[in-house]
Amino acid sequence: MKLTMASSPHSHSHKSLSRLMLTVILACIPGLIAQLYFFGTGVIIQLVLALLTVSISEAIIMLIRKRPVWPALSDGSAWLTAVLLALSIPPLAPWWVIVIGSFFAIVIVKQLYGGLGFNLFNPAMAAYVLLLISFPVQMTTWMPVNDLLANPVSLAQQLSVIFNGFTSGGFSVDQLRVGVDGVTMATPLDTIKTDIAHGLTVTESMQAAIFNSWLGQGWGWVNLGFLIGGLYLIKAKVINWHIPVGVIASLTTCSAIGYIAAPGTEPGVVFHLFSGATMLGAFFIATDPVSAATTNRGRLIYGALIGLLVYLIRTFGGYPDAMAFAVLLLNMAVPLIDYYTQPRTYGHGVNK
Amino acid sequence: MEKLIAQIKQGKVWPFPGGIHPPGQKTISTAQAITRLPLPDKLVVPLKQHIGANGKLLVEKGQQVLKGQALTKPVANWSVPIHAPTSGVITDICQMPSAHPSALPELSVIIEPDGQDNWCTLTPVPSPNLLSHDQLIDIIHDRGIAGMGGAGFPTYIKADSRKAIEYLIVNAVECEPYITADDMLMREHANGIVAGIEIMQQLLTPTLTIVGIEDNKPEAIAAMQAAAEHNDKIIIQTVPTIYPSGGEKQLIKLLTNKEVPSGGIPADIGVLVQNVGTLFAVNQAVFEGKPLIERVITVTGNTIHKPGNVWALLGTEIKHLLDCQGFSPVPQQRVVMGGPMMGFTLPTVRIGVVKTTNCILAPDHNELAEPGPEKACIRCSACADACPASLLPQQLQWFAKSKEYDKLKEHNLFDCIECGACAYVCPSEIPLVQYYRVAKVEIKEQQAEQVKAERAKERFELRKLRLEREQEARQNRHKRKPATEKSADEKQKIADALARVKNKPAKDDDKSAVAAAIARAKAKKQQQDTTLEPDNSEVALERAARKEQARKYKEQKAASDDAPAQQDDKKSAVAAAIARAKAKKAAQAAELENDNSENETAASTPADDKKAAVAAAIARAKAKKAAQAEQAASVASDDSQSKSASTAINETVNAEDKPEQTAQDKKKAAIAAAIARAKAKKLQQEGSDK
Repeated sequence: MKLTMASSPHSHSHKSLSRLMLTVILACIPGLIAQLYFFGTGVIIQLVLALLTVSISEAIIMLIRKRPVWPALSDGSAWLTAVLLALSIPPLAPWWVIVIGSFFAIVIVKQLYGGLGFNLFNPAMAAYVLLLISFPVQMTTWMPVNDLLANPVSLAQQLSVIFNGFTSGGFSVDQLRVGVDGVTMATPLDTIKTDIAHGLTVTESMQAAIFNSWLGQGWGWVNLGFLIGGLYLIKAKVINWHIPVGVIASLTTCSAIGYIAAPGTEPGVVFHLFSGATMLGAFFIATDPVSAATTNRGRLIYGALIGLLVYLIRTFGGYPDAMAFAVLLLNMAVPLIDYYTQPRTYGHGVNK
Repeated sequence: MEKLIAQIKQGKVWPFPGGIHPPGQKTISTAQAITRLPLPDKLVVPLKQHIGANGKLLVEKGQQVLKGQALTKPVANWSVPIHAPTSGVITDICQMPSAHPSALPELSVIIEPDGQDNWCTLTPVPSPNLLSHDQLIDIIHDRGIAGMGGAGFPTYIKADSRKAIEYLIVNAVECEPYITADDMLMREHANGIVAGIEIMQQLLTPTLTIVGIEDNKPEAIAAMQAAAEHNDKIIIQTVPTIYPSGGEKQLIKLLTNKEVPSGGIPADIGVLVQNVGTLFAVNQAVFEGKPLIERVITVTGNTIHKPGNVWALLGTEIKHLLDCQGFSPVPQQRVVMGGPMMGFTLPTVRIGVVKTTNCILAPDHNELAEPGPEKACIRCSACADACPASLLPQQLQWFAKSKEYDKLKEHNLFDCIECGACAYVCPSEIPLVQYYRVAKVEIKEQQAEQVKAERAKERFELRKLRLEREQEARQNRHKRKPATEKSADEKQKIADALARVKNKPAKDDDKSAVAAAIARAKAKKQQQDTTLEPDNSEVALERAARKEQARKYKEQKAASDDAPAQQDDKKSAVAAAIARAKAKKAAQAAELENDNSENETAASTPADDKKAAVAAAIARAKAKKAAQAEQAASVASDDSQSKSASTAINETVNAEDKPEQTAQDKKKAAIAAAIARAKAKKLQQEGSDK
């Protein structure tokens, strides 16, 4: 009788890469829905464009590398990158922005480094930074929430804006951004930053229509959506709690200190936690396993430093939000962090 | 310790990090009591069924043996005898595939049972507390008891622990899925196991005995509690079901909150672990006089019709076990000896069971996942979260793939217990344990190679040294005596200078070795510069002698005239100053050259004492020669030059304080000496010219 030989263990947990990636994609849904509700269907168009681009890019690279296409695509990592990028860019950005970003993320940031598992940087965030630096105007024209628009935009019109730059009625994105009160609107983070630079206090700045009591309209809900999705990821044991806790704890501490030191020019803890990309970053982006720290102690440090950088750049830097920069900077520190945060191995450091 | 014991008695356990929860699959084989297999047609009993040396064969081919008769007797360290599992005829004694992942052939006794099952004479001991420690140890040794939990460590060695044992831990955890051999043994023979524990208590006198049983074995826990009720030093501790809590190190942590130091053994921290099966065998060996010839084995898996536990004679072929329990193999059947986590697949079923065989698992393709293709590691650290030793398996995997052995050691590869938890949870299905096994073997091979290479190098160096010594001895026989006789006054000065110089190197052998090395390096360079010239040291000596004569003549002349004497003094002072400057320069140059030579010899090993001594001797000889030359050079009883010589030596000594320099051969040293002589002469020349 011919017996099959195998190396132990002979049992497996049935966890798989594709299931892992799919879970993360599914966990994005609450945040996606919030974004969809407050900022229109543009995000879906961006998502479709991103998914198409990453699939084609990955397939082409795999063909060039003479490797099987489907196993690489079906692990879902490229699709996750597409989802994260689509969620990060303004919903009415021109089509070529997301296409360039997705292509760059897959081909340059991921595959040129050797493919899945070998990339030093978070592909979605590297692409985001590339886009932000190359196309600052397109990348910062976020629409205000639908309720505040003077001219609500239909799906067809959004498609037209994304592909032609103008609605069928001939409005550009900038014209669309004009609110009901006739003032062009920016994101809450942007508004606060500009207003403070103009000598206004936070309280004065928050009188603007995009704020609803203490949060930016819509943005709070989007962040809440990602928070819920993120908590699910921790519960499903897809991610460990260390990185999100590190990010949130450190951002909380920094913004609390800031608020106590200068209450007039600091928007405070809740605003920082529920604005911009905080929750998306803390739970979905900073936790990208390939480019993040891998030891649990290291993850706390990694997360905390991201939180610190986010606060510093938001408060003192030139950009209104900073998640992408913070994540990329800390990606570079990962080997160092990992090296110095090895856990104590059993039987080490005990008296003989 | 009082506090710890109180905590243990309260039932406290200390969870270890990591661990996994694979499906237990234990109820498959616990439905019926342990059965006894019919006698097989053939028994293949390997001599080695434990860690340690083989015993010496006591039987020969064709001999009739009785059940329980010793087939080997212990000889070397750690050797444990084997016994005939039944009565019959020895048909052969030959190499047979063994219970090993690659079925390594082992010398085995092949017995054809006669069906009588006749016991040899047994000598039961009804009251072992009347026996001495050594008598009990001998019984355990002679009855062939070795650890039955997995490693097969000779029990008599453990039971004879030189170190004081505070805690005797009984491993009844059986955390591997599928296996229920210990579980069933406890259910049916709890009294025997407790009797075995009590023998161990008599031998080791532990403060406390803790029996660790996973909470998925309530029947076994109840049976053991009932059996151990009379003994208040035995605690039956229920531990949570998590793999690998039955790992020795993990169990110690779990039950006592202690950790075995890396590279150490449990006895180092006053703990000793025994498996329940082993303790039952100890009980049988002492109270019934029976040697270890059978054990409980779980035969299970979806391809087995009657999964359950059986008493199998050691040496019973796996095929017999499978056939008796009803086996319908599937295509590409796997037969695993041991559990699904740490067991190994067998290349053939024609292998005899041994003392450490606890389970035969014959799964179909549905129950145990077929290994999928290995995908890229995404560093998700699921493995690190599962690792019970707190290693970083994903890092180890990268290092193992790139063969970075130093990094592997730095990340404590050798603390890996190969439990397989990391590979079990890996979403990329990377066979992590396999990578570690290969890396461990490679590192061990590399270390063995290194030791071998070092020994060879040592031998070579010693030989070289010997040859050089012989050569030098030959050369010395042909050496000429110094050409000129020196005046008594001069001789005295030479002696003084010699003593001065000698005192310095004598202080520190290292430093003299350094000086020697520097001189050699210098010599080397000079040698390179003058490779085209023949060795002219002899000629130089003669020339020096002539010069000295000329100088003497000059001296006489100077002495005859008083007026130039002052001038002469002045001249000699100037000469001394120049010589000092020169020596300094030479030292600087030497330093530079030495840097070069250091690069060349960077890979070589540190010198041993002997070499250093030789080097020191060479240095002293050289210093002597230099002093002589120097002395000869000084004209009007002015020892400033000899001072400058010693300054030069001092400077060279100070210039370099790296004792790693290897001592080189005497030939070079001889050349160096010659060059030093030549240099001294040059100094002398210049001194006399001025």
